[in-house]
Amino acid sequence: MKAATHLKQKKAVALISGGLDSMLAARTMIEQNIHVEGINFFTGFCVEGHTHAIRKQDKDKQKRNNALWVAEQLGIKLHIIDVIEEYKDIVINPKHGYGANLNPCLDCKCFMVKKALQWTQENNFDFIITGEVIGQRPMSQRRDTMPVVARESGANDLLVRPLCAKNLPATLPELNGWIDREKMHGFTGRSRKPQFKLAAEFGIEEYAQPAGGCCFLTDKSYANKLSDLWQARGERKYEFDDIMLLKIGRHLRPRPHFKIIVGREEGENNFMQGYRKQFTSMYTLSHSGPLVLADGKMSEDDIYLAARLTARFSQGRDAQSVQVLVKQVDKEEIKLDVPPLSSEEIPQEWYV
Amino acid sequence: MSHHTLDATRLLCPLPVIRTQNFVATLNRGDTVDVICTDPGAKNDIPAWSRINGHEIINTKDDGNNIVITVKVVGSSD
Repeated sequence: MKAATHLKQKKAVALISGGLDSMLAARTMIEQNIHVEGINFFTGFCVEGHTHAIRKQDKDKQKRNNALWVAEQLGIKLHIIDVIEEYKDIVINPKHGYGANLNPCLDCKCFMVKKALQWTQENNFDFIITGEVIGQRPMSQRRDTMPVVARESGANDLLVRPLCAKNLPATLPELNGWIDREKMHGFTGRSRKPQFKLAAEFGIEEYAQPAGGCCFLTDKSYANKLSDLWQARGERKYEFDDIMLLKIGRHLRPRPHFKIIVGREEGENNFMQGYRKQFTSMYTLSHSGPLVLADGKMSEDDIYLAARLTARFSQGRDAQSVQVLVKQVDKEEIKLDVPPLSSEEIPQEWYV
Repeated sequence: MSHHTLDATRLLCPLPVIRTQNFVATLNRGDTVDVICTDPGAKNDIPAWSRINGHEIINTKDDGNNIVITVKVVGSSD
């Protein structure tokens, strides 16, 4: 009976981002006869194709979900978990602070490993795998912060990092003989060469190489828009629709109490149509132009200013007068004839 | 065996996949579900999710506005 228990195949859940490192880490464990399944957390800030899905000009770009693609290449199941609500506290109150922008990378990694641990307990899995490499990232993957992730997530020695395991203390799966430490790796630093070499050894020829990371919170422009939202509302809160709308359009804040979002092309205009019941919306009738959403409590003067801005971004920008249809939530549509603002009348500071 | 409809319109990936995954987990083997989407990425992602979980895509329709992907529950959704 005891021998049978010992021989039972051990099961690990791998955090799969869709990038190369987590793919290699999972594959390294599969090579050691571990049953691996993937887990991927959707925070709402994942770059994963959203802007490409919205923008018509990007319609020919690849729209696959890389985490799903990786799982299929590895021949493993993938569980995608919606953590949008729980993740808010990580973004708003990161214990370890932010990186260069609003990226709470260390708190994020602790959160995800903690969630993965919870999943292993609920599904009778034995340990957790990540694709972390010491020195790969300036915040969450440093020699001094990697133990923080293991400790604060509660995973402790059930957290295995196969790509740099030889540089870390032995974990429980190693000590128990479930996996062979010598068949793992000792990668360090930012160089990607060891990963490319290992990918070649595994016969992996295609993998995603996201430029600029996989999270909008690392993006300066996006972080500026989120900061602006918090400042305007006087509190650090957000809803899912808020963070989706930060991904699209031009954002201008002409007054502290309201901003407008100007669709930049047909795909964005179509996507923004879905928000017309929640926000004041405007578009030009006399000329072709974008859909504009306005967020904030607006006076009649504010509506007039926003209509002039809407006219500015239309084909009627050089006309004497442009007719704009305005629809405020719970009010009748109105038509305004307005002179478009000139470019000189739009200070650069209005652009968020 | 029963047939169901899941509205995932106006959701961007991976949300249509998450909704499909969670809905299929409540179904029985042999059941089918029409997943209605607007994100073109769903045409890749829902079939990929189905393949790795052993389910079948039995039909895909795209009328230019909505995409309807019919999934037949075959594999385990655990």
